[in-house]
Amino acid sequence: MKIRAFMFAAVLAGLGVTAVTAADEPQAVRQQLMKKVGQAAGALSGIAKGEKPYDQEIVKASLTTISETVKIFPTHFPAGSETGMETEASPKIWQNMDDFKAKAAKLGSDAEKFLAELPADQAGVGAALGILGKDCGSCHESYRLKKE
Amino acid sequence: MGRRARRLVSGLIILALAGGGVLWWLAKPKPWDAAHWEGVGEPDLANGERVFWAGGCTSCHAATGAQDDARLVLSGGRPLKSPFGTFFPPNVSPDETAGIGGWTLAEFGNAMTRGVGKNGEHLYPSFPYGSYARMSVEDVNDLWGFMQTLPKSANVAPPHDLPFPFNVRLALGGWKLLYLTDAPRAEVNTADAKLAHGQYLVEGPGHCGECHTPRNALGGFEKDRWLAGAPNPEGEGRIPDITPGSKSIGSWSASDIASYLETGFTPEFDTVSGSMVDVQKNMAKLPASDREAIAAYLKALPPS
Repeated sequence: MKIRAFMFAAVLAGLGVTAVTAADEPQAVRQQLMKKVGQAAGALSGIAKGEKPYDQEIVKASLTTISETVKIFPTHFPAGSETGMETEASPKIWQNMDDFKAKAAKLGSDAEKFLAELPADQAGVGAALGILGKDCGSCHESYRLKKE
Repeated sequence: MGRRARRLVSGLIILALAGGGVLWWLAKPKPWDAAHWEGVGEPDLANGERVFWAGGCTSCHAATGAQDDARLVLSGGRPLKSPFGTFFPPNVSPDETAGIGGWTLAEFGNAMTRGVGKNGEHLYPSFPYGSYARMSVEDVNDLWGFMQTLPKSANVAPPHDLPFPFNVRLALGGWKLLYLTDAPRAEVNTADAKLAHGQYLVEGPGHCGECHTPRNALGGFEKDRWLAGAPNPEGEGRIPDITPGSKSIGSWSASDIASYLETGFTPEFDTVSGSMVDVQKNMAKLPASDREAIAAYLKALPPS
């Protein structure tokens, strides 16, 4: 009985460990980071399209999220994380790591530029989003593979 | 050799010659009659520009990595990898010697819609005349007019790098017999003007099927798999299914699709990626009604 309980606990612990490991894998971490950027872009887009009223705090928070997230984003591409967990990362990232990092930095610095001079209305948010979206696209053009 | 044997031999020779002649005739390049391109009148340059963006000319014919205004310089040479070898799109700027400035409307039109070059040779279908074949004479004329207004480039692109047998141009005659058609790719309700326009843009100038439809070993579209997604011809990954049966965009509304083509953002605020980045930049330059028509057509397709 004791042994059985012990084994049960061990199995549970094992499950727990695997769950934590899976979420900690770089592939999963960077997918989460990209989702965060996407949500921030979504909040800006709602304002740009006029679906949501202009709200300075939301604009500020979204730009902050983008800028902080892309700072750490390129650090989650260690050797050995090229494949697996449905990663859409292109092998070109590891061949051109400097360019990849430069593209992430471009999005970060553009976001900071808008933080320093906050878009003041719906049109301003639209213009900012246009530039940030272009940064997203220019990196995804080279370094993201759609696998459907 | 007896008389009978001699007659048999000469009969066979005549048959072989005739058969060869028929094959040659079937496989030879077939430009339009000259009258097809006559009397179209002065080009409408504004419409020509719209056709230019719809057709995505700059995605292949501008230099590698060209941005903004440099995308209007159609200097050629950006490699296009494929399972058949590497194609180098030519200079199609208005330069008289390096480009196509010395061409006539008929020569340009026959290249666009029949895949026939200035010297009467077959062009490779990497140049998507298999789609452009559906373009109206007016649109070709307007596009031709607009392209003359673009900057000249003296660049000369390298020749295509293709292994045997794909380097035999005459074989393209066979490919055209099998696959070159201007018939509709899908059945939609063409009484609806928006759908008809969307069909024209997607199947014609937009040439969406060239990447989004899977191909057989000879490079022809697989039957009944129109826009159902395909391996990425340029390497890893896949070109997604864009029918209503798609796992990635099947759930999108028509306005989601139109908005994606305009802004590059998916409804989940992911962004456009891969070679679609360039396509989306072109689509963003179209009038909103064109993007809405494309979206309406895609939603009207049978699910894959």
